[in-house]
Amino acid sequence: MLPLRPTVPIAIFGVLAVGSFLLFHSSSTHTVRAASIKPVDERKPAPDFALKDIDGRTVHLSDYKGKVVLLDFWATWCGPCRMEIPWFIELQREDKDRGLEVLGVSMDDNGWADVKPFLAEMKVNYRVVIGDDKTAEIYGGVDSLPTTFLIDRDGRIAVVHIGLANRKDIEDGVEQLLQSNPKAALDRPFVPALSLRPR
Amino acid sequence: MCLPFLFAQGSGHLTVGTIQKVSGKRNEAVEAKIPVSIDPGFHVNSDKPSEDYLIPLKVKWTSTGALEVGELRFPKPASLNMAGEEKPLSVFEGSFDIVARFKVAADAPAGPGSAAGKLSYQACNAKMCFPPKTVDISVPYQVN
Repeated sequence: MLPLRPTVPIAIFGVLAVGSFLLFHSSSTHTVRAASIKPVDERKPAPDFALKDIDGRTVHLSDYKGKVVLLDFWATWCGPCRMEIPWFIELQREDKDRGLEVLGVSMDDNGWADVKPFLAEMKVNYRVVIGDDKTAEIYGGVDSLPTTFLIDRDGRIAVVHIGLANRKDIEDGVEQLLQSNPKAALDRPFVPALSLRPR
Repeated sequence: MCLPFLFAQGSGHLTVGTIQKVSGKRNEAVEAKIPVSIDPGFHVNSDKPSEDYLIPLKVKWTSTGALEVGELRFPKPASLNMAGEEKPLSVFEGSFDIVARFKVAADAPAGPGSAAGKLSYQACNAKMCFPPKTVDISVPYQVN
């Protein structure tokens, strides 16, 4: 028997390594785990509300059951809020078809007079409603802005970010919620594509 | 330095200390110092914020009795660079005085009184902001 030349194991290792790499990256469904996301059994229902959007239509959170909702409490006078908004615009654009809805709750005292020009200037592509003290109260007394809730497809709060969030934490949280528990979404007409976008 | 703040009032990251009594004769100018303290790590927008959308620190008199309102002098603001902001923010931090000038009215009756007003502000730290707040302020005075 010929002795194994040292280049052979190296070549085998190389083939396996390259194969594993290609296998992993060709998969469009690799799982993202966001450290901050609560386990399902620890999530509490997100309180429902009825608030008006820019067209005067009443928006209920319950309208979004089956969707992953990024609920952002913000204000035009809040610098950290303004920093996050472009991230949310991008998430809405990229993940809407997969079942994400970003919903902004403005806490501006002057309401649409301040908010409307800002939405136009920033080209905000998601729905915004004007919040009130009652809504802040039912969400635990939201006092610091921004405060961002990620709500799963069953309407439960999976994570709360108080203050300026880490962008990757938000993106990973959204991704994890989009990937998990698709049953509620499958029961509805707006079924997200099953082949998930690689990240 | 700390004593005025023992009797201070505030409602979230800013405290207004006790304003010392001012006294003067008719037609005289008087100055009241409004001692303000911001919690460490926090800031409030100055009286002239760097952006239109920011809420300034303001003092508005609601009743001044025998005093006629003069100018307000704010301290020099600090420039604060914040992530995501195009230009530095114009802010107040730490402890400082706002100086309120008055003139004792020509027909002021001799004796004590007080001027009342409201100080409004909006506070933030590096990560979050808090809703605008208003604190009642009162300047005790004595017309000699």
